[in-house]
Amino acid sequence: MTANAGPTVGRPNGPHPSLRRKTSRGTILADRAATVVLWGTGVFVLALLGSILVHFALAAWGVVSPSFVLTDPSDSALGGIMPVLWNSIYMLVLTMLIAVPVGLLGGIYMSEYAGENALTNAIRFAEEAISSVPSIVVGLFGLIIFVDDLHMGFTALGGALALTLFNLPLMTRLSEQALRAVPQDERSASLALGATKWQTIRHVVVPLAIPGLVTGVILTAGRVFGEAAVLLFTSGIGTPPHYNFGNFDLLSQASPWSPFRPATTLSVYIYKLQSEGLGAYVHQIVDGSAAILISMVLIFNLGARFIGRLLTRRLTAA
Amino acid sequence: MSQQTTATRLTGLREARGWQARIDLPQITVFAAAASMIFIVALLLIFIAWQGIQLFVKDGVPVGQILSATWQPDAQNGPTNFGLLPFIAGTVFVTAGALIISTPLSVGLALFLSEVAPKWARAIVQPALEIFVGIPSVVWGWLGITILVPFLAHTFHGQGAISLPVIGQVASVPGFLTGFSWLAGSLVLSIMILPTITSVSYDAFRAVPQEIRTGSLALGTTRWQTIRHILVPSALSGVLTGVVLGMTRAAGEALAVQMVIGNSPTLPASLTQPVTTLTSQITLDMGNTVFGEPWQDALWTMSLVLLIISISSVVLVRVINKRRMAS
Repeated sequence: MTANAGPTVGRPNGPHPSLRRKTSRGTILADRAATVVLWGTGVFVLALLGSILVHFALAAWGVVSPSFVLTDPSDSALGGIMPVLWNSIYMLVLTMLIAVPVGLLGGIYMSEYAGENALTNAIRFAEEAISSVPSIVVGLFGLIIFVDDLHMGFTALGGALALTLFNLPLMTRLSEQALRAVPQDERSASLALGATKWQTIRHVVVPLAIPGLVTGVILTAGRVFGEAAVLLFTSGIGTPPHYNFGNFDLLSQASPWSPFRPATTLSVYIYKLQSEGLGAYVHQIVDGSAAILISMVLIFNLGARFIGRLLTRRLTAA
Repeated sequence: MSQQTTATRLTGLREARGWQARIDLPQITVFAAAASMIFIVALLLIFIAWQGIQLFVKDGVPVGQILSATWQPDAQNGPTNFGLLPFIAGTVFVTAGALIISTPLSVGLALFLSEVAPKWARAIVQPALEIFVGIPSVVWGWLGITILVPFLAHTFHGQGAISLPVIGQVASVPGFLTGFSWLAGSLVLSIMILPTITSVSYDAFRAVPQEIRTGSLALGTTRWQTIRHILVPSALSGVLTGVVLGMTRAAGEALAVQMVIGNSPTLPASLTQPVTTLTSQITLDMGNTVFGEPWQDALWTMSLVLLIISISSVVLVRVINKRRMAS
């Protein structure tokens, strides 16, 4: 009876027929080939990144120098990128001043207060929706709101606000993750000592989450620093004037400290130069600027790792 | 010392009971910060939609016209026609090209990281991917212009064999004339979305319980059989989520694409020819048009189309994930 029952799946008296014979040569070859191909993808990506880094290191050779970083652009010579680099840093600081507090507070809500309800779901949907909106559309939104409707014109402030709303979801999510990583016991212990929920958050949860929060801030900063599409129509695209750093009049269009002036950043400047394509030195200037942008990306990434690890050690050892 | 401060705080707290007990100011503040994102999305939708419909409302362009293939926005060159089909088709085809190139590579890389790579290899490749994410789009565009485009132009110049007719006439078209092409756009995008698809797929593969792997291997399967018949099917919805997210990023990418694609407002005919996308045309024309003129209103309509694409992809990801939760 069992002899002519045929191969039935799930019977306890032996493996599935497809597995009964010894693993065939073809199967083993396929496995070997797959291993080689999968290793190949890893090697390919590393080689690609490596060659990009080497390419820019070579392209920047002879272009990037202290004077390239510290002087104004020039029509006749190589000149420098000081004003646009300054604007990039200025915009970064301005954006982070707005985005970090709001993102952290939002992260606190999502991690500590939000329940499983329709409202939380709506916030998450909004978070995902903003992250998926193309940066150029966010830039256009900034153009209507800040430049046209509020009559601000092209300003650093408008650009920073547009960058803030573009990066708010990222900052909120990274804060939420950092806060959620704090063990529940810490909260319970604090609450058991009679602290209120807010005291617990302020004095226990947020301090413990600082390594993760700092990493989140640096990663967001890296993205803000390189962004260009959001800024084309909000903070403007033009050749910056010579900046007089002694001018602290914050309402003056000429002061490099003022948030109410147009501010072309390094990334936007690269876009502008390549699209105009004029001038004998455009190629070198863009290569040098791109090399500086990539170095900043490396610094932000390594910095996030290093500082995060350092803070974790400091805070957990104390 | 610390006990004292806690005690003082607690006394202060008892005294403060009153209005603070009823209105939880911190909670309201953090809620406002989180809910601001709903507000932002609402504003974004309202403003872009309002500007986007001006082409039909104010300029009286029939809605059907945007589905035509002729883009003639300049009233000085005769009667205008605002056909957005070249841009929509360009966005779709360039994105599709990028996905076709990037998906196998990204999924392979995710499998490598989660199943094959020893710890040291993972410790090198993962940071490398993070640096990939960080490289700004203008830098990708610049690499495209200075390396990829000249490479395509020199290597394949005039070779009609690689033409791929998609729409309209099935004819052999010349190879790369300048190198600025659909293929260049897709290649640049495929690298830009590689980290997105990889990291989401990687998470999906990692989420498959270890017991399932060991169970499969214990039955005598090879690693590749386990990957093909066990891991990929179980992680499929996660991989799909990654592909949709990559698609969203590719469709919305502006500057890098604009720099390498050639910007010719015609229907995509061949991988080797210049095309254009919604984002490129907005980037190019927004600064050269006057607020309120039909030409600019058409650009706002394009941005509304982009917004609809991105919001629908968020909904799509939610549907995929809900199905995964259900099954």
